Amino acid sequence: MPDGGSCWGPEPGADAAVRAAWDALARVNDPEIPVLTVVDLGMIRRVGRDADGRLRVTITPTYSGCPATGVITFEIRRALDEAGLTDAVLDSAVFPPWTTDWISQSGLEKLRAYGIAPPPRGAGKRALTAPDEVPACPRCGSGDTRVISVFGSTACKALHRCNACLEPFDSFKCI
Amino acid sequence: MTDDTLRSALVDYALRLGDTSLVLGHRLSEWCGHAPELEEDLALANMALDLVGHARMWLAFAGETEGKGRDEDRLAYHRDGFDYRNHLLVEQPNRDFGHTIARQFLHDAWSVGLYERLASSANPEVAGIAAKAVKEVRYHLRHSGEWVVRLGDGTEKSRAIMADAFDRLSRYTDEMFEADGVERTLTAAGIAPDPEELRAGWEARVDAVLAEATLSRPAIHGRQTGGRSGRHTEHLGHLLAEMQFLQRAYPGATW
Repeated sequence: MPDGGSCWGPEPGADAAVRAAWDALARVNDPEIPVLTVVDLGMIRRVGRDADGRLRVTITPTYSGCPATGVITFEIRRALDEAGLTDAVLDSAVFPPWTTDWISQSGLEKLRAYGIAPPPRGAGKRALTAPDEVPACPRCGSGDTRVISVFGSTACKALHRCNACLEPFDSFKCI
Repeated sequence: MTDDTLRSALVDYALRLGDTSLVLGHRLSEWCGHAPELEEDLALANMALDLVGHARMWLAFAGETEGKGRDEDRLAYHRDGFDYRNHLLVEQPNRDFGHTIARQFLHDAWSVGLYERLASSANPEVAGIAAKAVKEVRYHLRHSGEWVVRLGDGTEKSRAIMADAFDRLSRYTDEMFEADGVERTLTAAGIAPDPEELRAGWEARVDAVLAEATLSRPAIHGRQTGGRSGRHTEHLGHLLAEMQFLQRAYPGATW
């Protein structure tokens, strides 16, 4: 669990309902980046039991203005319901704020394979002081790339061009 | 200080921050489909989304703290201009791209400094919202600052537009550093910084970029304030008329 923030699966010894919830969550994709699930993104902060035994799933929003957040919440609810977890409580926590450092290792690989340069590890923290890190081209691997716009096709992406293969590409914006 | 005084100050403060974000976000959204180039269209829309996202968090927090059943939509769509608490700066019309960028830059240089301080607020919800927002407004400041340099240190025409924009807009900037009972109550409780303490950092950020842009911060003529207590310029009413139309015509409509 990095920074006490997010996690990517049940803890050892978790009960059957908690495991079922994780399985259901792992089937919910980001509508904007369908290769990633909400678990890959690190949006799931906790799946656990309240003191009274109720199952509670806590999610964290990614970018403040992301228009997909409503759809994602709806899809998570539906996935839990379809898994028979209709009494599970779904809530949201803003703090600690989500960071790109919470994207899972397999999520980073999926992004690269999809053509989106993944955020370097630790870049979320560094973005506060040194925002300029040049991503390698996800297509040809060249490090010779330039920024076209720090605001890309969605709230989470910036737009780049590779100087080697000349292809434009998106990168995941570090926060 | 009673709990009621503190609660009421917190509601007013959150409304000021939420309304300022919402009005600026709406202004930027007016560029959608009209910006000088595609990348800039995307950038302005992205910044608008961030700002509306911040507004939602502040207004939802204001509504919950107030405890009278008003949610973020109720606060955004069912208050008139005299109940809006945004800075006068952000309601000023877009005019042209240069004026839009100058307005954005003056605001961003303030919001970065404010959110950095609020991230260590004694109120955990205020600190949480600020810690989230500060990461995003830094991108805004970088972007608007780069454009100020590009246009200020650009052609004769672009430089003249930027100089005119800063001249027009500077009269609204003092309002960002004003304090009344609301801020004083929250400053005493360790929840918000004294706004005046933000001024030096703001001036340093603004002056560094303006110097690179071959411009300078103009002297303030005809200082204007009042937005924080509901006294607005004529521009806000027109903005609200468009933004609130649907909920005013069909209250509670959803789709």
